Amino acid sequence: MTGATAARGGGAEPAGGPTGEKDHGIHLLQQMLRIRRFEERCAELYSHSLIRGFLHLDIGEEACAVGVIDTLSPDDAVVATYREHGHALARGISMRAAMAELEGKVEGCSRGRGGSMHLFDAATRFYGGNAIVGGGLPIAVGLALADHLQGRRVVTACFFGDGAVAEGEFHESMNLAALWHLPVLFCCENNLYAMGTALDRSESETDLSLKAASYRVPSWEVDGMDVLAVEDAARSAVETVRAGGGPHFLELRTYRFRAHSMYDPDRYRDKAEIEQWKQRDPIPLLAERLTASGVLTDGDLERIEGEVGAEVDDAVAFAEAGTYEATEDLERFVTSEPVRAGEAS
Amino acid sequence: MVTYREAMRQAIREALTRDDRAFLMGEDVGRYGGCYAVSLGLLEEFGPERIRDTPLSESAFVGAGIGAALNGMRPIVEIMTVNFSLLALDQIVNNAATLSYMSGGQFNVPLVIRMTTGAGRQLGAQHSHSLEGWYAHIPGLRALAPATLEDARGMLWPALQDPDPVIIFEHGTLYNIEGELADDAGPVDINTAAVRRPGDDVTIITYGGTMRTGLGAAEQLAGSGVSAEVIDLRCLRPLDTATIVSSVARTHRAVIVDEGWRTGSLAAEVSARIMEEVFYDLDAPVARVCSAEVPMPYAKHLEDAAIPQVADVVAAVQMLGG
Ligand SMILES: Cc1ncc(C[n+]2csc(CCOP(=O)(O)OP(=O)(O)O)c2C)c(N)n1
Ligand SMILES: [Mg+2]
Repeated sequence: MTGATAARGGGAEPAGGPTGEKDHGIHLLQQMLRIRRFEERCAELYSHSLIRGFLHLDIGEEACAVGVIDTLSPDDAVVATYREHGHALARGISMRAAMAELEGKVEGCSRGRGGSMHLFDAATRFYGGNAIVGGGLPIAVGLALADHLQGRRVVTACFFGDGAVAEGEFHESMNLAALWHLPVLFCCENNLYAMGTALDRSESETDLSLKAASYRVPSWEVDGMDVLAVEDAARSAVETVRAGGGPHFLELRTYRFRAHSMYDPDRYRDKAEIEQWKQRDPIPLLAERLTASGVLTDGDLERIEGEVGAEVDDAVAFAEAGTYEATEDLERFVTSEPVRAGEAS
Repeated sequence: MVTYREAMRQAIREALTRDDRAFLMGEDVGRYGGCYAVSLGLLEEFGPERIRDTPLSESAFVGAGIGAALNGMRPIVEIMTVNFSLLALDQIVNNAATLSYMSGGQFNVPLVIRMTTGAGRQLGAQHSHSLEGWYAHIPGLRALAPATLEDARGMLWPALQDPDPVIIFEHGTLYNIEGELADDAGPVDINTAAVRRPGDDVTIITYGGTMRTGLGAAEQLAGSGVSAEVIDLRCLRPLDTATIVSSVARTHRAVIVDEGWRTGSLAAEVSARIMEEVFYDLDAPVARVCSAEVPMPYAKHLEDAAIPQVADVVAAVQMLGG
């Protein structure tokens, strides 16, 4: 059950993805860069007060979202946490809709009602953006239950942090999903900290895969800084889950390079530890590997950076040109609205 | 000058200094310094046994607080935000509030639970609600809402002396307010409401985060010749009905300002009590200014529209005529 993962993809050459080896490696790199540059801009906008509330950056952890979500098909579902910009972008929510949401504009993917922590998108089956630690897991179990009952061969990928493992909802969900043999891929992004609390100050047993395994959920530890390793592990897990193999669990070992949120003075981590993890930054890690294997050649990186930069600029311009929802609409959607004549259902 | 946050910290320091049985426990209260920095520095002062970091396990650590209280300790349990207290609601409502009664008075739970509450910081629907009214519904609990520096400083110690569970609601927009606090500031009464501003024409009833809104409205109303009395409920359960009704009997008008939702709110309870006790003294129906009945939105203009503002209170008073 728990066990080898280096074998499950670590050090693999760029895998043959759906669009061919070369393009696929570059696609993964581009996805991670989109998230990185988007979030760097978010931090800037936060300091200009254009984004408010809590803002949690995924910087350093991009390989987890990208590696897993790339293996999903369009009718699969995703459940994420308040640290979900990367997951939203990887899933296909447009940078424009995400940025507009962060700026509280009605053009945002949640009409400005959600903000950074509550990105939602029905079109890509992105079920949020949940800011209650552990709150997404039972929902993922329910989504999967419905798919199972309706005979759909789809997977629900549920992302959560190491901190969530301490919540009862983790254990209850793990048991229920295993007991009912439901198609959930549990993806624990173990970045070693829950706010200021290090994993070993929070868990009596720090081997998180072992916990999942104790519910008879097949589980793997994966190098979460290596997008190819993540993708490889996720691909085989997703295949098995989709084929009716019941829930699976991936412990993605990763690290956040920034503080927990914009409010966090980050007093609890050793600077040397942060620097050490930055040596394993998933983006240069992949770029170097792609260069070494000749996939990434002169000028490629500059071109990708250019494209990504333009996309971020465009998203910011879109958000800034966006509008605020009329306050008369404040009470809309507290309960469902009948579909209005003329609107597509 | 001290902040509300510092006043609260002084209160925790006093409790831990005066009573060996007291300890603080909750998520990130120690190493991190408290999610709202209330307990910053206390770990260094009192050590990890008494400033006790917990995993993300609200139900377990609140339940553990109940157990420790049953067994001779005086725990102060911090829950980061009222929304997260819902993960511990079972322990609070089914255990803390019932054990004394169910055991025929053999056991009691001298536990204090502190939590942040309220909106105003663009934190969205899972970090911003005002659920004080729910807790005020529960027999067996005492619910306090310190709205001033003195109350932030002074409510904790008497709460710890209470043989039964007490919940202290700290409105998130108050932590940074600053003011003078007397050097000898200390324990305050936790049974009565307070008149924060005397007046003759209307009674504005507030608590916690809405107290300053009420004062702001009274100030504006004074400019147009209306003399408003502002009451700060302070103790949400049990409610100090006497202070409320004696004021309304004099002013003949009442506006209740509550950041909770109107339906089934604390404001509804206060209104009912006014009706029950001083109906024939009223010159106008009791008015309520509450939050819009929506999960709290993120966008600033929507959040502002959703929660009681000074202008809403002024308008409500003006509607009462006079
Ligand atoms: C039920 C609940 N308790 C507390 C919090 C406050 N909180 C938000 S994020 C967080 C840390 C969670 O850590 P982890 O699950 O490891 O995720 P990470 O932030 O590291 O991605 C805490 C304590 C919350 N949002 N929900
Ligand atoms: Mg974590």
